[in-house]
Amino acid sequence: MSLIDLLFRKNKPSSASTAKERLQIIISHERTRQSQPDLINQMQAEILSVIAKYLDIPSDKIQDQVKVDVERRGEHSVLELNITLPDSCT
Amino acid sequence: MAEVIVVTSGKGGVGKTTSSAALGTGLALKGYRTVVVDFDVGLRNLDLIMGCERRVVYDLVNVVKEEALLHQALIKDKRLENLFVLPASQTRDKDALDLAGVEKVIEELKTSFDYIICDSPAGIEKGAMMALYFADRAIVVTNPEVSSVRDSDRILGILASKSKRAEEKREPIREHLLVTRYSATRVERGDMLSLEDIEDLLAIPLLGVIPESQAVLRASNSGIPVTFDQESDAGQAYLDAIDRFLGHKVPMRFITTKKKGLLQRLFKSKAEETS
Repeated sequence: MSLIDLLFRKNKPSSASTAKERLQIIISHERTRQSQPDLINQMQAEILSVIAKYLDIPSDKIQDQVKVDVERRGEHSVLELNITLPDSCT
Repeated sequence: MAEVIVVTSGKGGVGKTTSSAALGTGLALKGYRTVVVDFDVGLRNLDLIMGCERRVVYDLVNVVKEEALLHQALIKDKRLENLFVLPASQTRDKDALDLAGVEKVIEELKTSFDYIICDSPAGIEKGAMMALYFADRAIVVTNPEVSSVRDSDRILGILASKSKRAEEKREPIREHLLVTRYSATRVERGDMLSLEDIEDLLAIPLLGVIPESQAVLRASNSGIPVTFDQESDAGQAYLDAIDRFLGHKVPMRFITTKKKGLLQRLFKSKAEETS
């Protein structure tokens, strides 16, 4: 670093620390997403079996009528459950 | 007991092939019978880096498809008699390799070698999966740069879930971090992720740091793995990494800048400005 740089050193964070912060966020996000598929599938299967117990939905259609999703919104993860009830129930 | 080592990274151009050649050479220099296998089917380059491109007759795909015997495809290094290269083919057929065929080749290699180094292609496609599937240890090559670090993390996830060891629920692959193209000057200036940053992010043990070095391009230009250039910083750094790989404690070198005199600090050198 030259003398001029030392005298007029800007007080902003270095680009390396910005890089580290960005990586910390994206890597932890991607790690949780990678470990989730199993969890979501299991939860979906269990929710399906509960619904099948109470509602008369043909087993080949149940996959289309019950949807489980996990979405990340800012700081939170949102579990979304969408059940389309068959006409006979309403 | 033979060990299978995958050299991988996810991202391309970070130094997988350079490192495979350098580490293979280092292990052979230490007296181990070593073979470096190029898994980059379609884009083979290990032969060029190792300087045996004109001696390729048969390749990995020929052996897997039983069109050639293993010993016909193995190329013996001109400089070291216990170092061999198994080249990749130039075929564009993506399905040229299959797991069963690769397993057979690796099992056969295990009977006559101490170390089998698998040089992975970039990406997370089939070729990269084949290269890491049978690994006992993994060397993850990472540049101090955001996309490389992120891709390395993806690869670590794959090593932990998609390898043979993971599928058979055996002891997991031993992972090692190899940071390449490191510039201590730029780190001190705050322009490059530091070693500590990368270790923090990836959380695997550090095998070595290879400094950004002119010796690497010189080595690939002439087809002589940089480990042979023992005067060079990169060559020495690879040898240190080999010692650590073999279980020895060796302090990290080339990770700090030399302290400069007052005059040098006042007048930045031209070389530094361009680096």
